[in-house]
Amino acid sequence: MTAQMSAAKRSPESAETTRRPGRRTGAALTTLTWVIAVGFFFPVLWMVLTAFKQEKDAATETPTFFFSPTLDQFRAVLDSGVGTALLNSLFATVVSTALVLALGVPAAFALSLRPVRKTKDALFFFISTKMLPVVAAIIPLYVIVGRIGMLDNVLTLVVLYTAMNLPIAIWMMRSFFLEVPGELLEAASMDGASLWTSVREVILPLVSPGIAATALICVIFSWNEFFLAVNMTAVEARTVPVALVGFMSGQGLFWAKLSAASVMAALPVVICGWIAQNKLVRGLSFGAIK
Amino acid sequence: MSTTVAEPTTGVSESGPLRSKQDTISRAEGWRRRGPLLPALVFTIVVTQIPFAVTLFYSTQSWNLVRPGSRSFIGLDNYVAVFQDSQFREVALNTVLLIVGTVLISVVLGLLFALLLDRAFPGRGVVRTLLITPFLVTPVAAALLWKTSMLSPTNGFLQWILGWFGIDGVDVLSSYPLAAVMAELVWQWTPFMMLLILAGLQSMPRDILEAARVDGATSFRLFRELTLPHLRRFIELGAVLGAIYLVNTFDPVYMMTSGGPGVASANLPFYIYQRAFLGFDIGQAAAMGVVTVVATIIVSTLALRLIFKTFTGNEEAA
Repeated sequence: MTAQMSAAKRSPESAETTRRPGRRTGAALTTLTWVIAVGFFFPVLWMVLTAFKQEKDAATETPTFFFSPTLDQFRAVLDSGVGTALLNSLFATVVSTALVLALGVPAAFALSLRPVRKTKDALFFFISTKMLPVVAAIIPLYVIVGRIGMLDNVLTLVVLYTAMNLPIAIWMMRSFFLEVPGELLEAASMDGASLWTSVREVILPLVSPGIAATALICVIFSWNEFFLAVNMTAVEARTVPVALVGFMSGQGLFWAKLSAASVMAALPVVICGWIAQNKLVRGLSFGAIK
Repeated sequence: MSTTVAEPTTGVSESGPLRSKQDTISRAEGWRRRGPLLPALVFTIVVTQIPFAVTLFYSTQSWNLVRPGSRSFIGLDNYVAVFQDSQFREVALNTVLLIVGTVLISVVLGLLFALLLDRAFPGRGVVRTLLITPFLVTPVAAALLWKTSMLSPTNGFLQWILGWFGIDGVDVLSSYPLAAVMAELVWQWTPFMMLLILAGLQSMPRDILEAARVDGATSFRLFRELTLPHLRRFIELGAVLGAIYLVNTFDPVYMMTSGGPGVASANLPFYIYQRAFLGFDIGQAAAMGVVTVVATIIVSTLALRLIFKTFTGNEEAA
């Protein structure tokens, strides 16, 4: 009894006393957080700054913080014929993402709202393909793709990227489908709506934000992919990451130009990632965490 | 609310009572249900399973592209050669070190960042955006950035900072190549861990925390006895998923050190790539690929169990 009373008496007091230094620690924590965030982001910032420098400013022994910005490096990158690489990356990314959605959305539907038998086995199979290291398949892929004359062809990358992203998309989309309230579907079928109608008019509008997030995550992965691209392509079909390597030359100054090329390579996906940041975890954890 | 909630896996229960009643109808219905799944299933089997099966076959062949016509079946000899290859053992160890080191450090940093972000403060959204950016930067660009601007022995940032302390002329990339690659990987993967752990923190029931605080528990005790146990599942999931993604690490090794000096910083994907595409030893490279897969199955099993638990855990509770 007494203990309870004293505890009851003490707690508001201690709340008072902790609140005041709490504000000060709060400000300190906020400052610390900002410092850490800016420090962690710094390499990216530096890459962007370097992209706007002249080569001689980019390679100084003491880092140059103040300089007159120039667009020369971006111009030089564009002149060096990265156009095809950009188009290839764009094509591989957009077409593979479209294919992933075309194959993945129906599959996710068949594994959630109107589940097939052995749903668990199918889910297990899809996710297990993501657990096979790509390197274990690269040799036969190279040989097979070579035999059918598809080396250095963007379509090869489209097929491979589709396979690479499909499991993530299926698991992620499934987690969105499972959030569709069952009563809605029942109500729709009571009203005599056909399956197709209820899919089109009830389910798809509800899961479209999920589809968009899934698409963005597929875009990020395909755009950034390098291992398959460097092995399957040479000149014609090379993608942006492969072209980027070409900007590292052994001689002369190349840092500013390389930075400009890197900025151009990274910008599209960084923006996609910023847009999708709330759904990023969900995609990366196969929908296990929301 | 926002997290983990495992859905009642609708009707996964195999056949159900309907099955015996109307076998023919349910069979037609079964195919109607299977229809939307089949294209994705067939596509995935063809593109991912066939190459792997072929890898198994190649691993039993003595096949070097440099010596055409020399191809023959040699059983498990490639595997024997792989395990007797001291370079392979070093590379395997590098792979493990790279994965374990990167996962551990990025989990710790990710936890720290997530804790800092899990409170309201001015510019929180901006800070979060800044912190996730390294994960989004094209890995090749990130690796080049670290190789040049950050770690270059002549005019990199690290060199400049070390200069303040009178340390000069350290070439991190050749003296500590594995650490250099790991630093780049940690920078790219910390945001991933941070996001997972942040999702965990935000799913903490606030009322329990409040109640414990009113009861006079210190922040440290709250963290150790409530927060950490709650986060455990998220950290485990982050670690195994991180490990699975990191097994495939290739870009930073290729860009920053080319696996060198020697094989000091080569990991399995890079070494297999070298063997196959520079050494043209298809048979042995294939055998190494198979060994890599077998080794990852252990991690994968753990990962799968965790992911499935996240889906089914609440189902059992409900």
